[in-house]
Amino acid sequence: MDFNVAFTAAHEALPYMLGGVVWTAGLIVGAMLLGLALGVPLAVLQVYGPRSVRRMVATYVWLFRGIPILVQLYIFYFGLLAWLSGLPGLTGIGLDSPFVAAVMVLGLTSSAYQSQIFRGAIQSLPAGQLKAGRALGMTDGQVIRTVVLPQALRLSIPAWSNEYSILLKDSALAFTIGVVEIMGRMRAIASTTHEPVSMSFVAGIIFFVLTWVGVKGLSILENKVRIAGYTRQGAV
Amino acid sequence: MSIPYFEFLRAELAPGLLDGLWVSLIVIIPSALLGAFIGLTAGVLRVYGPMPVRKLAEAYVSLFRGTPLVVQVFFWYFALPYIKFGGWSLVLDPIPAAILAFGLCSGAYQSEYIRGGLNSIKRGQIRAALALGMTTRQAVMNVVLPQAFRRALPGCGNEIIYLIKYSSLASIITVNELTGTATTIAKNSWRNIEVFCTLGVVYLLLVTVATWLLHLLEDTLSVPGFERPQE
Amino acid sequence: MSQHSENTPILEARNLIKVLGGNRVLDSVNLDIGRGRVKVLIGPSGAGKSTLLQCLNFLTPPDSGHILLEGREVNAGSKKELCSFRQQVGMIFQDFNLFDHLSALENVRVALMKVRGMSKLDATERAVAELKRVGLVDRAAHYPANLSGGQKQRVAIARALAMDPKVMLLDEPTSALDPELIGEVLTVIRALAQGGMTMIMATHQISFSASLADEFIFMEKGRIVEHGSPAELLGKGVGSRTQAFCAKISELTGEADGEFRS
Repeated sequence: MDFNVAFTAAHEALPYMLGGVVWTAGLIVGAMLLGLALGVPLAVLQVYGPRSVRRMVATYVWLFRGIPILVQLYIFYFGLLAWLSGLPGLTGIGLDSPFVAAVMVLGLTSSAYQSQIFRGAIQSLPAGQLKAGRALGMTDGQVIRTVVLPQALRLSIPAWSNEYSILLKDSALAFTIGVVEIMGRMRAIASTTHEPVSMSFVAGIIFFVLTWVGVKGLSILENKVRIAGYTRQGAV
Repeated sequence: MSIPYFEFLRAELAPGLLDGLWVSLIVIIPSALLGAFIGLTAGVLRVYGPMPVRKLAEAYVSLFRGTPLVVQVFFWYFALPYIKFGGWSLVLDPIPAAILAFGLCSGAYQSEYIRGGLNSIKRGQIRAALALGMTTRQAVMNVVLPQAFRRALPGCGNEIIYLIKYSSLASIITVNELTGTATTIAKNSWRNIEVFCTLGVVYLLLVTVATWLLHLLEDTLSVPGFERPQE
Repeated sequence: MSQHSENTPILEARNLIKVLGGNRVLDSVNLDIGRGRVKVLIGPSGAGKSTLLQCLNFLTPPDSGHILLEGREVNAGSKKELCSFRQQVGMIFQDFNLFDHLSALENVRVALMKVRGMSKLDATERAVAELKRVGLVDRAAHYPANLSGGQKQRVAIARALAMDPKVMLLDEPTSALDPELIGEVLTVIRALAQGGMTMIMATHQISFSASLADEFIFMEKGRIVEHGSPAELLGKGVGSRTQAFCAKISELTGEADGEFRS
């Protein structure tokens, strides 16, 4: 391995690999939002729902936490979505796109993990908070919206930033079903240039920087919504 | 048009997955041991090591936790042979490459829990041990480690459960473990949904059994005040 | 609809029973309170005072029994009725239960906006007025974590008052406070009583409550054992259970008020 050659190759490949960041970012943003949109109601249902609903949520969480991302990608992309997109009325709406499959898999899995983060935060709130809201004549829905969730979501941010870095790393698996994110581009260019060492270093550095940027961003968010004296006690 | 699912499962899928399961275990068990060993070493060094060693261990951990496992797997299998050490290079077979990748990555995560466990032990515990006449070594062995181990156990156990799931990445470097076998069967039979859903069930069973064993171990070792934190 | 005679109690509890973990924490408790009256619950811990108060507004639903507000039975099965009932019954907790993510002002304002549907402007105006009443208008922007225990409890009182309650339930409002902070809260409570607020209060502050209360209610093992005016129960040589209990408390706290002096 010649360092000059390796460096030149890495330098030439950089713009192409950085182009993958757009796809990686798309995967993460899509998955985090999907995970948030499903995770919050799942957590609320798992804490306050009737027993049968709590069981259903627990089963959902068990399923998505127990099956490897790679296997889920295969199930969704080669299995479920391939089949669905062949059904009349469902063709041509992008169900067979690898990107859609990857966002779904990452987002659903994330919703399972996020629901447990929020559940932990909700359960860490003192019971008196709920009682005080009810004593003022709030409905349970009002108590959850105005008292429980604003506190629970704040407590969840540290764990949430961890969830971001997990999603970022898992998103690299989307290349296996053909999403041209960073890892996919790295693999392609490594095999054409025969420079896998420098290419994996470049990819590693890009991921490393993305992790750092995201974690930093979330800690800024945490400070923004911080409330005097409000501690992270109970956050997972 | 084709044989029913249970016939397919019995004749083709189950025997194939069973072969894959053995290979998965051949990958998972050494990786877990390697990861535990590295994690323990790195964790202890990060807390008690001299400054330069501490920094080195920190760098290892942030490097391996900061990059995707799949990039690391790719590196050890595809890129390592390109690195020449004075004329010769190291070429790893798929299974050893997978074990090395999983062990190194898992060790980085494990060391976090070990470090957390060690840091959670209050200074007073060591002082009390020293006051009883124990040497520092005795205090660490008899007081610090048994407590730290209990604190670290849930996290370390979880890490092994992650390892079971992420062992599926070995299929990317042509290891014929569970996922690799399933992919081959799916290609040949064109029964993607059935094959991959069955594969998912196998992983669910593995993960559930491992979780159950872990809880059993925690309960056996439990002492009041060291209860399992809520998931 | 407020067509009721002068004698109709504001709040009335009939035959409340509550069983928790096999114990009868409330055993056929009857209670009523008229407009402007102050009733004080005393008794050893575990006597059921707190459960009684929490049953009165269904925070702990009683196993059986009836609650009547101004002579009309409350149907706790109807969510709408339950919420509107709770709006009319203010509650003060031992451990304050301020909403930790909201400032003092927001704590007072939140129910006005969400429950009463007031505009932000009106709610703020009202909240400021209530904070003024408890002497904390200068702490309006502080978060609970930055308030002392006494200040927290005064904000909690302001939060309850803002809803214009017809009756207030106070569950040991000073028990969680450091001794030097008790006074400021008692001052607020005294002002409320003098202003004609109807109150049921559980407390261990015997001498303070004796000077306010129209009636002492002594509870033990889930039952009301004795009740009567402080003078009746604590007068010289009465020999009531209440008096014995109060004497014990005074011994412990060093308060020389085992006996009622008028």
